[in-house]
Amino acid sequence: MSRLRQLWVCYRLQLKVMMFSPFEGFLQVFFPLMFATAALLVYRVNNDPDAMLFAGIGAAAMGIFTSQTTTAATLVQRERRAGTLELVLAAPTPFAFVVLPSTFAMATLGLYSVVAVILWDWWLFDLPLQVENWPGFVLSILMATFTIALFGFLLSVTVVRYRTAWALGSALEYPGWLLCGFVVPLSFLPGWALPLSWALAPTWGVAAMRASAAGESPWFDLAVCLGVGLAYAVLAAWLGVRLIDSARRNATLALT
Amino acid sequence: MSATGGTAAVEARDLRRTFKTKQGSVLRPTRTTVEAVKGVSFEIAPGELFGLLGPNGAGKTTTIKMLITLLIPTSGSATVLGHDVVTDVREVRRRIGYVFGGDRGLYERLSGLDNLRYFSELYGVAPRDQKARIGSLLELVGLTGREGERVEGYSRGMRQRLHIARGLLHDPDVLFLDEPSIGIDPVGARELRATIAGLREQGKTVLLTTHYMFEADELCDRIAVIRAGEIVAEGTPAELKRLVTSGRVLEVETYGVAGEVVDSVRDVAGVRTVAVEDRGPLQVLVVGSEPDTEVTQSVLARMGDTRVGRVSHRDPSLEDAYVELVTGAGA
Repeated sequence: MSRLRQLWVCYRLQLKVMMFSPFEGFLQVFFPLMFATAALLVYRVNNDPDAMLFAGIGAAAMGIFTSQTTTAATLVQRERRAGTLELVLAAPTPFAFVVLPSTFAMATLGLYSVVAVILWDWWLFDLPLQVENWPGFVLSILMATFTIALFGFLLSVTVVRYRTAWALGSALEYPGWLLCGFVVPLSFLPGWALPLSWALAPTWGVAAMRASAAGESPWFDLAVCLGVGLAYAVLAAWLGVRLIDSARRNATLALT
Repeated sequence: MSATGGTAAVEARDLRRTFKTKQGSVLRPTRTTVEAVKGVSFEIAPGELFGLLGPNGAGKTTTIKMLITLLIPTSGSATVLGHDVVTDVREVRRRIGYVFGGDRGLYERLSGLDNLRYFSELYGVAPRDQKARIGSLLELVGLTGREGERVEGYSRGMRQRLHIARGLLHDPDVLFLDEPSIGIDPVGARELRATIAGLREQGKTVLLTTHYMFEADELCDRIAVIRAGEIVAEGTPAELKRLVTSGRVLEVETYGVAGEVVDSVRDVAGVRTVAVEDRGPLQVLVVGSEPDTEVTQSVLARMGDTRVGRVSHRDPSLEDAYVELVTGAGA
């Protein structure tokens, strides 16, 4: 119970930290809409409503993936710059439970982008969202958000030792769009890339969103999405202990 | 067993820490190994306020970071309240507080109160105790009424006091204060010293590092002086003052003293140390001499055209002892 409270209070306060800056807030609002606009302008050329719906749903997930990967990779660096990294590491709370609320706070901001992009698509491209299975669709969005947060969690923990890890977030952004099938069908990817796509939980989350919209069963995709997301969590918790020990041994915690 | 006869609150045994650094280009990196701490040993008794003094780069912060579990020692061992700092990390962390000086270490975008709430959760303060605990700590550090403001608007002194409150949230038995008064104005520093003195009265064990000798003299029960990673002296402030091998200290107030004059004074027979201190419009020549040696007339004879004000003598201070120890002048 006290662990849940710790996670909740830390989540709320980290969300407060992230929502403070009007400039950053503007970027959070603006970027996903621009990504979606670019994707839909490309797809509109073919005048294919099915393709537009495919791209519209994928574009909605792009924003959340971007906000997670770029900010998760900089999460530890932000703590390091603020001088709080050593303090949170010196706390009795395991580091995984320090990072988890922050990644979920990021995912909450990402969730906004899903809704904003759907409304943007509707308003600018006259692309109303036709969803056959609304409960499944909403659940799929939440599952995609949850597992992308866990992906961010894994990323944050993995890069704790490295000062320039922030660059990793940007490097993962565009490959992630392709590999997760946000705007390009997975069937277009070469065969060797498919295992990478399957290992990314958002791939299954977006597939579940599309299945729900089309009136198909999203449950298999949701189950795999959850399984992969939980695997991230287990891996992050396992890596967290070892990487922090390594950082203590190699004296990389305080580097700025 | 500690120096005072009971179980030590903090015990360091032959602690060593080396750092490997990489420089140069990616293709032709050069690796160097720096030995920051070279076999440091000391004990701190429960309830004792222990000072660790030394110049920048002497190994004070590295020693503290090993004791608070943020760094693993290269060799040697250390315990806090009987718990090993390498193998019993969580138990150590539950019992210690860590406060460092400077502007960093707080969430600028959160209020002081939210910062304390956040760290209360991470340091396992029971929810039912949090409100009262935070309230009493805000009172202790004089931030009551300002806790709702964002930290980015706090002065350096306010931040430092918030740091102290943060370090005390979980009521730790042992507190590590790493240069907590650095950069604080005299009034703030005095308040901080009063707060630290109050901690000792509450029975807390405190390890304090500072550059300010009067602070160490006023607060510390015992002091260890660390130089180039090694402890070169340990004792009460009075004992350390007695380690000074020079006699009385001669102070000559001047209105600007040339470098050649200072060099010339260094050559006077019987003079061991010469330093120039700026005190407002004055430059004061501080001359340490051999025991039982009178150098006043010889020093004044070397002053040449220098405008000289008051000339006085005093007993060696802790600062004189410190300077002698860290510069090796007495060796």
